[in-house]
Amino acid sequence: MSASMETQTQQLQGMGKPVRPTGQLGRLARLLFKSKTGTIGLMIVVSVVLMSVFAGAIAPHDPAKTQVSERLKPPMWVEGGSAANPLGTDNLGRDVLSRIIYGSQVSLLVGICAVIVAGAIGVILGLVSGYYGGWIDSVIMRTVDAFLAIPNILFMLVILAVLGPSLMTLILVLGFTNWVKYARIIRSEVLGVKERDYVKAARTVGASNRRIILTHILPNVISSFIVVSTLSVATTIIAEASLSFLGLGIQPPTVSWGGMLSDGRQYLATSWWVATFPGIAITVTVLGIMFLGDWLRDVLDPRMKARK
Amino acid sequence: MRQYLLKSLLQVIPVLFLISVIVFVLVYCTGDPVSLMLSDTATDEDRRILIAALGLDQPLHVQYFTFIGHLLQGDFGNSFRYDMPALPIVLERLPATFELAFAAMLVATVISFPLGILSATKRNSFLDILFSGSSVLGKAMPHFWLGIMLILLFAVELKALPVSGRGSWEHLILPAFTLGTGIAAEMTRLIRSSMLEILNQDYIRTARSKGLLESIVVYKHALRNSMIPVVTIMALQTSTLIGGTLITETIFSWPGMGQLIIQAVNTRDMAIVQAAVFVVAFLVIISNLLADLLYSVLDPRITYN
Repeated sequence: MSASMETQTQQLQGMGKPVRPTGQLGRLARLLFKSKTGTIGLMIVVSVVLMSVFAGAIAPHDPAKTQVSERLKPPMWVEGGSAANPLGTDNLGRDVLSRIIYGSQVSLLVGICAVIVAGAIGVILGLVSGYYGGWIDSVIMRTVDAFLAIPNILFMLVILAVLGPSLMTLILVLGFTNWVKYARIIRSEVLGVKERDYVKAARTVGASNRRIILTHILPNVISSFIVVSTLSVATTIIAEASLSFLGLGIQPPTVSWGGMLSDGRQYLATSWWVATFPGIAITVTVLGIMFLGDWLRDVLDPRMKARK
Repeated sequence: MRQYLLKSLLQVIPVLFLISVIVFVLVYCTGDPVSLMLSDTATDEDRRILIAALGLDQPLHVQYFTFIGHLLQGDFGNSFRYDMPALPIVLERLPATFELAFAAMLVATVISFPLGILSATKRNSFLDILFSGSSVLGKAMPHFWLGIMLILLFAVELKALPVSGRGSWEHLILPAFTLGTGIAAEMTRLIRSSMLEILNQDYIRTARSKGLLESIVVYKHALRNSMIPVVTIMALQTSTLIGGTLITETIFSWPGMGQLIIQAVNTRDMAIVQAAVFVVAFLVIISNLLADLLYSVLDPRITYN
């Protein structure tokens, strides 16, 4: 066996192994810093997380404090701006920078919690659908089709109109309307895994269905879940911002990037900064999460990398 | 082929049934349509009469079957804001939404095809990195923010295009770009990866080695075969596209179905909301079916047996 073939075999063997972050953190970190976009993504995500956790310490002003005398002041580098409000102030004289810092809390909270809700529903239904098949599978998959036929944003708007907007309903609604993609992906993975020999062996020795699903199938489909859910945090943040922009998401006085954009839109003709900066904050955050998610996909799912 | 079509059509029925259940449950949860419809001076007796007239005192399953019965006749009830049947109001708005959606799709196609093909054929070149980077950015940007920025630049600063409304083709440009950019980003990525996969196939090497012009290899041999996944995703974009019209139409005061839906949601005009959800779901299902049929045109190897 030649040397190159040997390394190839090693690589092939490596592909089948599940990646265990514990004990391999060093290897993961090396892989992460080898990828430029992965490093940038990680840096952005860490900064946004720190920003939201330490918002109280970093923000120069109280985000809710109105000061009508200071209203619609431009950013510091524009004539008329001052260092007291680096990114200017909004129509009520509130500091735009402080509001962006506090707004990150809502975006991350809603993004992460909604993905957990959606993931939990989707993974359970996907496992059941793929493992048991038959009529359960048909019912779940037709429900998936029904959900796919209604655009998410429309679905969410209707439910929020019915239930009334609040932080909790927003998280539940985003979770309830986004489980579909997890269910489909997990189901298709399960269909492949359940035919493997070790699952058949487990069944032969009399393991219960629950045991097979939890100990033999779930660990082997979880890496696709991690990849999809990371990327989902990004799309959920955009969805939350859209709903808040339309007035059915986060309600004032809680600060949200989408709500800031909606306020700023009315002052577009005179004060461009009010609507511009929250949008940049959303874009940069989403970009960071997408970079990190892409990197995770390359590491956890080498088959996808081959297609790139 | 006919059998396949029949089978797909049959599969649509349970999906439509589930959508009707979802819509019914949503409306049932709205709670109290009666309070919204009655004036402040109404007595308890008026209330009872209205509840009976609307059939809200019936058991749940009876209410559902009444609902289905009306639905099959295209009757979603009257919009209390317009005091007219809801379905015609929704359908009347469709042409404006279609106009916007087609324009957005045109923008997306015109941007994504050259970018995707160039990225794939000149892999890892400066252009590829530039285009791939822009498509990532296009996906990360919330499109309502892009819309606002476009208004800021082209309508407020340059005064070159109208801020909102519908009328001339100039009114169409900003909304179409707002809606089309996100879809273009998705399509560029897809066309690139699909083309790359095809360009690595043996028959492409054969075509090249028999001395065909590179342009013939790319456009005749590779492009057509890489279209199959692209068509799938484009059809799946119908849902995203219609979802996008909700916000785009609101930003640009475009008088289409999206704007109508947002208004109806804000005023709790549930008859309009129901009718709109059904119309949208129907459009999405039809376009998915069409995509299914298009495969066989693009790839004669698929025979549907």
